[in-house]
Amino acid sequence: MYDTIIIGAGMSGLAAGIRLAYYDQKVCILERHTTIGGLNSFYRMNGRDYDVGLHAVTNFTPKGEKKGPLARMLRQLRFKWEDFSLSPQIGSRIAFPGCSLDFDNDIRLLTAEIADKFPGQVDNFQSLCDKIVDYDDLDQATFEISTRNVLKETISDPLLIEMLLCPLMWYGNAREDDMDWGQFCIMFRSIYLEGFARPFKGVRLILKNLVRKFRGVGGELKLRRGVAEIKVDGDRAVGVTLDNGEEIEGKRILSSAGRLETLRLCEDVSEVDVRQSGQLTFIESISILDREPSKLGNDRTIVFYNDSEKFDWRPPADDLCDIRTGVICSPNNYEYGPEDGKLDEGVVRITTIADFDRWNNLDEQKYKIEKLNWYDKSVESAVRFVPDFRGHVVDTDVFTPTTIRRFTWHDKGAVYGAPDKQLDGTTHLSNLFLCGTDQGFVGIVGSLISGISMANQHCLRD
Amino acid sequence: MSPADIRDVIIEILEDIAPDEDLSSLKDDVSFREQMELDSMDFLDIVMELRKRHRVQIPEEEYGELASMESTVTYLTPKMADI
Repeated sequence: MYDTIIIGAGMSGLAAGIRLAYYDQKVCILERHTTIGGLNSFYRMNGRDYDVGLHAVTNFTPKGEKKGPLARMLRQLRFKWEDFSLSPQIGSRIAFPGCSLDFDNDIRLLTAEIADKFPGQVDNFQSLCDKIVDYDDLDQATFEISTRNVLKETISDPLLIEMLLCPLMWYGNAREDDMDWGQFCIMFRSIYLEGFARPFKGVRLILKNLVRKFRGVGGELKLRRGVAEIKVDGDRAVGVTLDNGEEIEGKRILSSAGRLETLRLCEDVSEVDVRQSGQLTFIESISILDREPSKLGNDRTIVFYNDSEKFDWRPPADDLCDIRTGVICSPNNYEYGPEDGKLDEGVVRITTIADFDRWNNLDEQKYKIEKLNWYDKSVESAVRFVPDFRGHVVDTDVFTPTTIRRFTWHDKGAVYGAPDKQLDGTTHLSNLFLCGTDQGFVGIVGSLISGISMANQHCLRD
Repeated sequence: MSPADIRDVIIEILEDIAPDEDLSSLKDDVSFREQMELDSMDFLDIVMELRKRHRVQIPEEEYGELASMESTVTYLTPKMADI
């Protein structure tokens, strides 16, 4: 009998596991996939290491900063700031036709850029900043306000609105077209007011530290153990049955599988409303270069591009992908310390919007062809906004919505989960709780905080 | 435990919660929140650590007694007298 069974060994599950095992609970994390990390995982191909999710760790604050999610997460998990070896970004860009805004980990650059490109909007941008709600002050009612309405009342230039939304939607919006105000505030703080960073060794380093800590405090981690069913007695969960038939009992269950995905596992739930599933998923086209991107004139850490004045955030209307907007990430372009040196090779990762069902319905042969096809199209689209690197590519890979599904088990490979968030993590069962994407936090630090706060609120106080 | 021992116990806990913090200059009569930016999650940790290390139970409605070092030591002295 476990005190807590945790479903999913992603960031939130591991963080919750550390908290609970540290305080002497008997904890087991069950992971369906063959590896840990969930969305923020990694793989190896042709002798090279690749990250799945991580472009950047958001919420970056420098050593010594006591406020904000990064500092809070480190304290709660008993890590030192150095344990995550975060190197800050060099600088990023929002690129629209004929207009770009640079930003970095100091809000003054973005403010100066707005003053330069949108001189009439400086005061409006300041009043937007004044409206941003602090992490701790978000409640469910404030959370669900329409961001586009708030922006329309505050900023009078529609292009600036679209440009500000672009990175924030790309890095954490599960809703189509509009964004919950709470999500906007979280993303605004984590990207524009805090910032981007990356460990030299990628997401592996963070995961390795989390697993080592979890095992060090006595937690059990079981890979290849998918949960087939959550057993229910009255209004309580009593345990789980695994895909292999094994049964495990627990006093409570914390699930990072997603809200609908978790409900579907419950023995007492016959049907879930799939219309509530998230729809936004991506493909990523990865290019390995024979030199650093900066040698080709691209010194930006991340470029968020959109090829018209209106930013459309929704699944592709009639094709496998929509490449009108995308994210170009160059992991070389971080300020790595002298102890790290430089990455061995140049890397450019391009993310564009994709449609899960269309990718999922391809047969194997067609799937391979379409990966190559959309790699070419995505890169062609992206090089309108960064210098053309196509003559320097030595290897490529593409991961698709079905890859994301395999790592996360989210319905439709929805990267940021379902649009409706359950901030308090409760469900119809008194001892079954949610953590992770559908509880309302995204990003690596956000997911860790989600696991921590749900463990604290629901699993520690008895 | 004497009040001085209890103070040491709390310092040890704070060192674990905030390893980057310099506690040598901690002022006992000023709140932890103000000096160290501790938040509600950190206060839960002080409570949980006291339970884990010394089997001291603190009811949720009394968490407020842990505001500063001075108030914490005063509050814990009768509870930890026999440890």
